[in-house]
Amino acid sequence: MILVYIEVREGKVKKSSLEVLSEAKRRGDELDQEVFAVLVGHGIESLAQEVGQYGAKKVIALDSPLLSSYSPSGYAYALAGLCKELAPGIIFFTATSMGKDLAPRLAAQLGVSLASDCIQTAVKDGSLEVKRPIYAGKAFATFRFKSSPIMATLRPNVFPLGPPVDGQGDAEKREVVVPEDQVRDRVDEVLKEEGIELDVTEAEIIVSGGRGLKGPENFELLRELTGILPHSAVGASRSAVDAGWIDHQHQVGQTGKTVSPNLYMAFGISGAIQHMAGMSSSKVIVAVNKDAEAPIFKVADFGIVGDLFQVLPLLKEELKKVLSE
Amino acid sequence: MNIFVFVKRVPDTESKIRINHETNSIDEEGLNFVLSPYDEYAMEEALRIREAKGGKVTVLSVGPEETRIVLKKCLAMGADEAVLIKEDTPELYDGLRTAKIIAHAMKTTFPDYSLLLFGKQAVGGDNAQVPVMVAALLGLPQANVVTKLEIEGNMAIAHREIEGASEKVNAPLPAVITAQKGLNEPRYETLKGIMMAKRKEIPVLTLHDLGLDEDTLVSQLELVKLESPPARQAGTVIEDEPEAAARRMVEFLRNEAKVV
Repeated sequence: MILVYIEVREGKVKKSSLEVLSEAKRRGDELDQEVFAVLVGHGIESLAQEVGQYGAKKVIALDSPLLSSYSPSGYAYALAGLCKELAPGIIFFTATSMGKDLAPRLAAQLGVSLASDCIQTAVKDGSLEVKRPIYAGKAFATFRFKSSPIMATLRPNVFPLGPPVDGQGDAEKREVVVPEDQVRDRVDEVLKEEGIELDVTEAEIIVSGGRGLKGPENFELLRELTGILPHSAVGASRSAVDAGWIDHQHQVGQTGKTVSPNLYMAFGISGAIQHMAGMSSSKVIVAVNKDAEAPIFKVADFGIVGDLFQVLPLLKEELKKVLSE
Repeated sequence: MNIFVFVKRVPDTESKIRINHETNSIDEEGLNFVLSPYDEYAMEEALRIREAKGGKVTVLSVGPEETRIVLKKCLAMGADEAVLIKEDTPELYDGLRTAKIIAHAMKTTFPDYSLLLFGKQAVGGDNAQVPVMVAALLGLPQANVVTKLEIEGNMAIAHREIEGASEKVNAPLPAVITAQKGLNEPRYETLKGIMMAKRKEIPVLTLHDLGLDEDTLVSQLELVKLESPPARQAGTVIEDEPEAAARRMVEFLRNEAKVV
């Protein structure tokens, strides 16, 4: 059986968890294994139906008032109990901030290795193989597993969402007893970041700026673009972040985030090796830079050599036109 | 406060990564190895806590003999002591192995700890597993990817970065905390620090010294293949009047790439 952890944030199922569930279903069909989904929290059983639509045969909600807000040790404790009982062959998480925090904790408790942030899964000779970027994408490593359960986290925005189907999945709510001393790192409060609607790791379009933007105020030009492009977020190069123009949360590259959006738009980014590592798996890349020799043009599908301050406002108007069609 | 900082020696972020397909490993020839960038934030935070609350900062690394260089840097930044756990096994990309070694060392050799600080990940393997696995193996609370940390009495109050927000976590010490960029601005080594670091001995522990049995550390991940990322083809690059250029880019996005 394949067990998929379904992440719940603010009472909603994370889309990337459903991507993982869809991928689990595809591999499960090949391996002839059923897929179970598990949610952890308090009063979340109503979400089971939505989860069932993506191929889970059974959706289990582990429920405790102590788990109403996230605690890595508490959630791992509850999940470890379930894993011991169900003995799944494979456990998948989404590689979000929660998945990356929780999966290693559970893996260590179960005494198994973990493959982080995978971008591909496949069945070879009857067993699972995963591919993951290392060195922020400067190389890819393919792994097989020598122990059970197999554990992996899968990168958001990479695996296609399966079509929802009607009325699948048995829902089951289970009250779990978690000792107080297993919940010592509970989240007290979630502090919303001003002006961030969507994280770069979750965005379908990233509008990114570098040193060529010349100052913090000009990131406003990028925000005007994200304002009209659906599911988009503002990104930045390391030099823009290190200059203090924009918060580190936006940084794309080896000491920032590795991203794979549908579209990456680079404005005034020359394309340092550590930046390119973090974004070169984007499906489409476009760039505007005044230097025709900038390395970014070697990876861009479409590039404009020119003054971004002239091009950006015109791009915005053109985009507005086609988006309203 | 008895603070431990865990660091790793990694190729710097400007490195080009080449693969040796015969040995199925990264070609280390010509790579410039440095202290992993996130570990610098962990080091700095440890020093600041010691300056505010008193105590001792011990830095620990699992790695080959060459790791001494990054340990010396940590001593030069101001760490009181550095210890090398010598591990000559080539990179296996298995976080559990390293976590087991660290957890075992803490239990048997350094049982008196109040805070374990790590970088949120080493740049390289990019696993981001070891700190959390150590927390699990030692039964400690964790706050991972932290951009703000306060120590009040016996509590760590940490802000950890999540998608578009932060989570505020109160965890009793001892706890595992991992540093994210933004936590602080790491200091440079001073000349005096470098001179002092030169004189300091770095004790070496082997897995055997720690009483670790290689059989219990065998990686459960089998590295099947290493490969370079698929090369991207350079596309169209135009130099045109801004109006025409913007229009052509949007046409490309709309009609060819079909992404807007």
